[in-house]
Amino acid sequence: MSIKTFSRGGVHPPDNKLSAGNKIVELPPPELATIPLSQHLGAPAKVLVNRGDQVKVGQLIAQSEGFVSTNIHSSVSGKVLKVDQFMDSSGYRRMAVQIQVEGDQWMETIDRSDDLVRNSVLPAEDIRKKILEAGIVGLGGATFPSHIKLMVPQGKTAEYVIINGVECEPYLTADHALMMERSEELLSGIQLLMIGLGVEKAIIGIENNKPDAIEKMKEITRGSSVSVQGMKVMYPQGGEKQLVQALLKREVPSGGLPIDVGVVVFNVGTAHAVYEAVMKNRPLINRIVTVTGKGLDKPSNFMVRIGTPVSSLIEKAGGLPEATAKVINGGPMMGKALSTIDVPVVKGSSGILLMDESEARRKDVKPCIRCTKCVSVCPMGLEPYLLMTLSEKSFFERMEPEKVMDCIECGSCSYTCPSSRPLLDYIRLGKAEVGKIMRARKAV
Amino acid sequence: MSQIIIYTIITLVAIGAAAAIILYFVAQKFKVYEDPRIDEVEEALPAANCGGCGFPGCHNFAETLVKTESWDDLFCPVGGNDTMSKVAGILGREAIEQAPKVAVVRCNGTPEFRPRVTTYDGAPTCAIAHSLYAGEGICPHGCLGLGDCVVVCNFDAIHMDPDTDLPVVIDDKCTACGACVEACPRDIIELRKKNKKDRKIFVSCINEEKGAVAKKNCSVACIGCAKCFKVCKYDAITMENNKAFIDSEKCVLCRKCVLECPTSAILELNFPPPRKKEPVVEASETEIK
Amino acid sequence: MNKFIVSPSPHAYTDESVPKLMYGVIISLLPALAVSVYFFGIGMIIVSSVSVASCILFEYLIQRYMMKVKPTHLDGSALLTGLLLAFCLPANIPFWIVMIGALAAVGIGKMTFGGLGNNIFNPALVGRVFLFISFPVAMTAWPEPGQWMHYTDAVTGATPLGLMKEGLANRTVGEIMPEVPSFLNLLLGKTMGSAGEVSALALLLGMLYMMYRKIISWHIPITILATVAIFTGILWLANPDRFADPLFHLLTGGLMLGAIYMATDYVTSPMTPKGMIIYGVGIGVVTVLIRVFGAYPEGVQFAILIFNGFTPLINKYVKPKRFGKEVKHG
Repeated sequence: MSIKTFSRGGVHPPDNKLSAGNKIVELPPPELATIPLSQHLGAPAKVLVNRGDQVKVGQLIAQSEGFVSTNIHSSVSGKVLKVDQFMDSSGYRRMAVQIQVEGDQWMETIDRSDDLVRNSVLPAEDIRKKILEAGIVGLGGATFPSHIKLMVPQGKTAEYVIINGVECEPYLTADHALMMERSEELLSGIQLLMIGLGVEKAIIGIENNKPDAIEKMKEITRGSSVSVQGMKVMYPQGGEKQLVQALLKREVPSGGLPIDVGVVVFNVGTAHAVYEAVMKNRPLINRIVTVTGKGLDKPSNFMVRIGTPVSSLIEKAGGLPEATAKVINGGPMMGKALSTIDVPVVKGSSGILLMDESEARRKDVKPCIRCTKCVSVCPMGLEPYLLMTLSEKSFFERMEPEKVMDCIECGSCSYTCPSSRPLLDYIRLGKAEVGKIMRARKAV
Repeated sequence: MSQIIIYTIITLVAIGAAAAIILYFVAQKFKVYEDPRIDEVEEALPAANCGGCGFPGCHNFAETLVKTESWDDLFCPVGGNDTMSKVAGILGREAIEQAPKVAVVRCNGTPEFRPRVTTYDGAPTCAIAHSLYAGEGICPHGCLGLGDCVVVCNFDAIHMDPDTDLPVVIDDKCTACGACVEACPRDIIELRKKNKKDRKIFVSCINEEKGAVAKKNCSVACIGCAKCFKVCKYDAITMENNKAFIDSEKCVLCRKCVLECPTSAILELNFPPPRKKEPVVEASETEIK
Repeated sequence: MNKFIVSPSPHAYTDESVPKLMYGVIISLLPALAVSVYFFGIGMIIVSSVSVASCILFEYLIQRYMMKVKPTHLDGSALLTGLLLAFCLPANIPFWIVMIGALAAVGIGKMTFGGLGNNIFNPALVGRVFLFISFPVAMTAWPEPGQWMHYTDAVTGATPLGLMKEGLANRTVGEIMPEVPSFLNLLLGKTMGSAGEVSALALLLGMLYMMYRKIISWHIPITILATVAIFTGILWLANPDRFADPLFHLLTGGLMLGAIYMATDYVTSPMTPKGMIIYGVGIGVVTVLIRVFGAYPEGVQFAILIFNGFTPLINKYVKPKRFGKEVKHG
């Protein structure tokens, strides 16, 4: 087994991949779909439909507004009930389109067959255009619009495409299931990305806790210019910068992007969505969501339409256990805790994780004993104990030279702290404040 | 023996003298002239260094007071008019009078009025909770109850009431320095004109949701119905973003609006109890129960 | 409807906790404790139990009645301080002196600064140095090993380092060495010295256990030992008559105890690997300087306290290697 991993820091939380090996189950459209207009990093999309309009599956219902933004398509067919503010996962109200589902009528342009289409002859320009139109964002969780990644800035060249099949978050198995069941489509998607970027080499990074996926992908990619690399299990290997460093020994500069070292990174889910968009004309209207948790009857991997309520997913996985104390959208390390399960699945939802009180509750905060564990696990070489103290005391201007903006918010420091100190909570606050200071300085 | 003592004394005196001379010249060379009046003014200031005037400390404020022509924006909220007139006396100028102010918490979302639907388990500061989500109560504008305003208060003038989960300002101690206003991530606290006997009338809600949503989130929310706006004869009430605001400069404390408000979102504090009617706040409480 | 808990990520936490870490260190001290009880018998039992009990008691009293906070006397840190303090006292020292030492360790060394996590100096060493200066005679009368049932009435003698220091005034190393216990005895602990520092082997075992449990990293202990070995090695090669060999220096005195347990104290040691190495080299050099050229036969406790003082400075200037180099954006 390979021992490739990133060089600095990292933790190894228990895997808990309860739903590993479970087949992807395709769920029917919900009765009521709520599709938020901001499911990506950047500006919300501009809504194109009105109350009472009839829409079809795959119809554009909101157009990207500005450079960092994406299109939003209807994931169901039916009548638009409301274009209004709905509660999002953090309890704040955001604009969304609510659709009463009637039947399952798709746009005629979409190829709904399961036939595999390979060997694209489309030029790079068309591939990029189709990705832009399909509203594809990074499906690993950060939801960065993918078409922007395909535009290599002037003066820089892309050498490698790296496909992130690491899935280093505990519990989550969506990417694993995808690699096992849609490997051919995935490969095709990777090849499309390579054409789109004009690169010759692609590497798929997969952690060693998924030996079947490594084998499967190796078998499928044999003879192509795509290689598969098994990697030592270590969190946060799925962070772009860590992944690039682990696979290529190239360090993305501070404040830079992987393209600065000639690499573009995509999640496996994104690559699959690219295949669907380019070869099948199908915009991003569904995704694989892991629904899991120790108290859950049937931890599952669902193929879900965007806009389906989280509560109905939990219902399909055996119902909400009585003892549920926390519901997390995403994995346990970087996911977001939900205040209610009456929120829709969005493009960035990679998993729904249920925890009971004992698993969810934080322990009492004790004084820092300077055990250096946070420093030694930080993958970015920062000093979380120091950053937390500076943030707590509002010394924000001193946080910038300590490189707080490099923090990738992986949570390794908070995870490892024996005194249960909320390191990342304060560092995140510091990042926001330093961001304000930097913007104010730029504005002057 | 005595020789050693003499030599020691001579050496020490010589070293001391040399050091003194060097120090004298160095001090001369690096001397910074400062207007002596700055120190005098600083003496007169409260020395709280709270930053309420907008300057990092009392010394900076004193320096600005001495050097600036126009005093329009310069005021020490802690010392108030007394201090300012004292300063004006020192500098032989005219003080600009300002009405004393007091901090007011504009949220009445107690657990009773605004049920808590989640439990917050992160670092106990409002700033972090605010950036994370809407808060334990549903209202995304309401008080988070974690007490960032209490932490920043230099004068012990604000504390959390464990029964209501809301901060309480002690009017006598509040200096209107504005630290809590800065600290509140939801801009709930406002500095309002201080009235006789600490009487206040204000809209104790800043939510901007539509009426129905606001009322669902919190039974004492301002629902933007504008009834108060219509009844006010003094143009003290303005309606904006689904909420009413009472300008403390224009309000004459007639209390008409208080009776008009259907959700009891307008609070009257420190008034004698009305003779005819039940106090409005209590009425709303019974209504909830 | 369920009332969910909401908190920022991460939502998973390690099982490690401060008490677990502290008790891990205490477990690693057990071999050394056993050796010590074997050689010093009842004296060691009295000294260590008095020391541990008083440290816990003083921590409780100070937190409860002076600081008025919730006492944390059972989190293992006071127990550890007490044990380490006992380890660096002679096993025949009267119990009331031990109690004064415990008060100095917990009261002056730890609580003055605000309790666990805030102290600048290692509390156990503060206690030891306090006693060393206050009761120099009692603190330098070392019982001979093997007197099971004797406490304050034990026959005393000099430590190997003491023998060396005194002997070198008019003799050569070669003439003194026969009086020093054999290296095997030094390794096993059959020698005179503070109660817990005698057996290098037991302490090394403890170090391996702590490294296995990842309680400490190798940086500090190994750097200190290596520095002492190299420095004394150079001196020894230069003049074997004047300077004892490196092995003698490694196995005698409080070096092992200091390097493995005192210098690695989380609170008072640097945060980064690079910083730890600087700290370790510094302690090693100062230890040898005091031992060889200073007035005291043993210097490791002073060396550690001195570098405890440097730790904030080291933390300020020695930063971990950041990920990625800086680029300028146009």
